[in-house]
Formats: sequence, structure tokens, C-alpha cells
Amino acid sequence: MAPINQRVARSGRFPVWRWVILLVAAVYFLLPLYAALRFAGIHAFGAVFTQPGFGSSLWTSVQLGAMTWIITMALMLPTTIYVHLRMPRLRRVLEGITILPIVIPPVVLIIGVLQVAPLALRATMWLLGLEYVILAMPFAYRAIDAGLRSIDLKTLTEASSNLGASVLTTLRLVIVPNLRTSLLSSTVLILALVLGEFTMASLNLVQTFPVWIVAFDQDNAQISEAASMLALFVTWLFLMLIVLVGSRQARRTGRGEVNLFSVTTTTTTTIGES
Amino acid sequence: MAERHELIVANMTDVVTAPGTRKGPGAGRFSPRLAGLPGPLRAAFRLVGIVPFTVYVALGLIIPLIAVMVGAFQDPNTGAFTWSNVNIASQGVYLEGFRQSIELSLLATLIPGVCGLLIAYAIFTAKRGQFLRQVVITASGVFANFGGIPLAFLFIASLGSTALVTGWLSAVGLNIYDHGFSLYTLSGVAVVYMYFQIPLMVLVILPALEGLRPAWREAAENMGARSWQYWRYVGGPVLMPSFLSCLILLFGSALSAYATAEALTSGTIPLTAIQIGSFLNGNVISGQQNVGKALGLGMVIIIAVIMVFYVLLQRRAAKWLR
Repeated sequence: MAPINQRVARSGRFPVWRWVILLVAAVYFLLPLYAALRFAGIHAFGAVFTQPGFGSSLWTSVQLGAMTWIITMALMLPTTIYVHLRMPRLRRVLEGITILPIVIPPVVLIIGVLQVAPLALRATMWLLGLEYVILAMPFAYRAIDAGLRSIDLKTLTEASSNLGASVLTTLRLVIVPNLRTSLLSSTVLILALVLGEFTMASLNLVQTFPVWIVAFDQDNAQISEAASMLALFVTWLFLMLIVLVGSRQARRTGRGEVNLFSVTTTTTTTIGES
Repeated sequence: MAERHELIVANMTDVVTAPGTRKGPGAGRFSPRLAGLPGPLRAAFRLVGIVPFTVYVALGLIIPLIAVMVGAFQDPNTGAFTWSNVNIASQGVYLEGFRQSIELSLLATLIPGVCGLLIAYAIFTAKRGQFLRQVVITASGVFANFGGIPLAFLFIASLGSTALVTGWLSAVGLNIYDHGFSLYTLSGVAVVYMYFQIPLMVLVILPALEGLRPAWREAAENMGARSWQYWRYVGGPVLMPSFLSCLILLFGSALSAYATAEALTSGTIPLTAIQIGSFLNGNVISGQQNVGKALGLGMVIIIAVIMVFYVLLQRRAAKWLR
């Protein structure tokens, strides 16, 4: 496969075309950042950390990220594995169900949620976390599904149970290590989602970091803008770190490269069957 | 010599059966333990494994959506059935809101859809630019979740009437505000939406691009196909269903964008998502509390119609694939 890949890369007839596109994209994405940076000024960045509410809202967001991640994994990992092993025909159905949270506007969903949720849960972080799991489901499902399709799950589990392993042992020692890259990519997506979500958090009256930035805007636009750019940059660094570490591990174990929506094995590629 | 031959064969088999090529590995029909049970009982037992997922989706997604739909037809005070919410939601400023929302979403779907595809293709073919790929992909993950006042501000600082880029452009003789551009109109908002729509497109279309096997291109070239012929007869049809599903996703994302639109327009353009938000924030005339739910119902209907189109188009695309 390698020579073919190389040949496609070499025969890339559009090196100029490619650079023009990337350049235009870079201008479109970086110029507004530069303009805002000039407006905010450097000193605003230092002031961000000492603002009231900075620490507590960031902590809320981090807790939400952890909560969402734990519940999503606990729910989606066993379900996806189970469907792959026992009910492969349901995969299509699951794919269909998990597309719903992406296409249904969060603002519509939150109306219904606030109406049916028990009073004690309303306007709490817990309700928000539980709903973030719904929003995170599509990404988690797709990543885990792609990972499962790239391994021979049936053989692995059968071999493992023939050797006397329990279901939990198989999950812990056989399946999860094989899914490391897909779990990593879904972790990245879940965290990016939770750290950036605004609509549901603000309508559910929870002061997460994005909500704090906006609320803060009323008092000091410069510092607020600096905070949001800082958040953007830190989140990016964080994701970059996860992906780099993941890819290094993947290279060592001979597994594929980490992408955000899929796990590419070295010889073949996984693609949604849609 | 023979040994060498065998090696090559082994190598080829390895390529053919490489992970991921086979459809649904581990497609075990049912567990051996349950094999002795009669059919219906067996089916029921197998369903047990997806109960937690089903319950969670029902509680967190389906029941709230049903509540919205039911609420759209209820009188807020008595709970009795009424058409009045739906009537109000389909008239005047709300109807205009739907119209503008759809127009904006189409603008903010088609242009970013194409741009995102081009960018994704550019970084996908740059096989050696491993680092470039990772930078673009992670940056996409961040930008796709960026929005609200911070995003609005980025553009106010660069494309506002007296802002940086506007100044540069008028310095070289192009005053975009004289040519009818304004950040606070529908097209201006669409330009801002592209900031999270393009990265979203890059993220969701990449796996599909990765499904285009280099071998197909090779085969096409060996048979003398030009580049456009490859795209017309091989790459395009293969990519089309995924491309369409990504567009649907983008449309949903544009339609539901709430914070950005609110920050940018502060109500100058009627958009359905903002109108729903204002109902939730309590800016309601008494007796109209459920109009927000009727608006929500309207949005779900729009999405449903688009999904039906998508399924029809996808069937078409599946035909080309045969």
C-alpha cells in the first residue's frame, strides 16, 4: 500500500491549488483572531486569571467534562460492543438514533428537558451533565464504532472467554486496549464539546466557563475577549497534546493514527457506511 | 523462488483481510448460551443489553422532544388542546423568523460545505504533512465549538464598519460597506457562521475522504481516466452520500446556532432560535408561554423534511454506486 500512497502524493497535480486553499483558510481564520488580539491588548491576558468567577466557572466546566466523559463511556462502550457482537443489524438503528442529537437544535431540546426534569434537578450542573451525555453520544458512538470495525472483535472475545476470562476481564484487558485510539479521539471530542457549549448551559442557568465569559463581557469587554481567546488557545493545545500522545502510542503499537472522527489504520481506512 | 512467491501471496492476503476491510467483523448472530431458547425469547434476551442505552435516550432525548411537541398544542394555563400556539408561531414575525433562519442556514451550509470539503481534501492529500494535518484537525475541533459573543466580537473587531480589515480594504480603495456589505445583515451573519461551520465540515468529511482508496484512483488512471473523469464516475458518487449527510449536519448546526446570532444581531434579524431563547428567558406575553414550543416543533419539522430529502437523495446515490 505504501508505494501507492506515495504515488498519489507525488502525483498531486495541485500543489499550488492546495496551498492557495490553505492560505485563504488561514487568512480567514487567523485575521479575526489578530484583530481581536490587537483590541484586547497583551495586558488583558494577565488580568484574566484574577477576575472574580474565573476559577469557579472553570472548575464547573472541568467537573462537567469529567462527569460527561464518565457517563458517556460507561453507557456507550458496553452498548456499542454489545451491538457489534450480538445484534449487528441494530448498528444502523443506533447510527440513526445517535444522529438525532446533532441535528436537533439544543435550544429545542432544552425547552423539553426543563419541562420534564424533576424540579430538584432544574438549573443544576447535574442536569446539564446528563444532557451533555446526549450531545456527546453521536461522537462517542461513531468513534467507538469505527474502532470496533477495525478489529476482529468476535475472535478476540471468543479467544478470551476460551481462556477463562470473565466479561469484565475481556473488556478491560482485551477490548479497551485495542480501542485506545478511538477512545482517545472520542475523549477529545467530548471535552471540546463540553468546554465550548453555551446554549444549554446559559438556558439552564449554570455558570460554566463559556457562560462566565459572556456574562463578564458586560463589565469589561477587553478582558472577556482575552479570556475567550485564551480558552480557545488552551483547549487547542490540550487537544493537540492528546492527539500527539495518542499517535505516538498508536505508532508504537502499530495501530492507526488518531483523527477526531475516525481511527485510520495503516493499511485500510474506516468509513461510515452511510 | 517458491518461498519468495509464497511470501508475496501471504503479503497480498494480508492486505485483503486487513482490519476494517471486512464488513462487520464479529457479526455473531447470537450467543451460544441463548442458542437453546425458542426464537422470540432469544430475541427478548438479546435486547436486554441495549436497555440502559434505550432508557437513557428515552429520558434525555425522546421524552423532552415529545414534551415540546405536546406543549405546542396545549393552552399554557389550562393544558387543554389548542391550535393557537401553532397559529401564532406560523404568522408575522415568527413566520419571517423561519424564512430568514432557513435562508441563513442554507447560505451557511452550502458555502462552508464546499470550502470545508476543499480544505479537508487539501490536508488529506498532503500525506507527508502529518503535523499540518494534526494542527488543522485539532484546530477544527476547537473552532467548531467556538461561538457566541467571543466569536461575534472577533468579527466586529475585524469586519465591523470601522474595524481593522474594513480599514485595510478601504485603504486600497474597496469600501465594503459602500458595496452593501454589513456584518449585521443576513450575509454578514453567514460570514461569521462560516467560522465554525467550515471546521465542522472538515471534521465530519475527513473520514469519508479517507474511505476513497488510493487504489481506485490508480485503477482509474491505469484505464486512462482523466482527473475529472475520476471525480465524475468514481470519487464523486462514492463521496456523495457522505457529503450530503455532512451537509444535513451543517444545516442543523446553522439552524440551531443561538448564541452567535444573538450576540451579533441582538434582534435586528428575526431568527427562530433566538425567538425560542427569548421565550425561555421569560420575555413572554401572558398566555403565549407555549408559543416557544410551537416554534421548536417548527424547527423539528424543518429538520425532518430535510432528513426525508436526504434519504431520497441517498437512495439515488446508492443507485449510482451499483
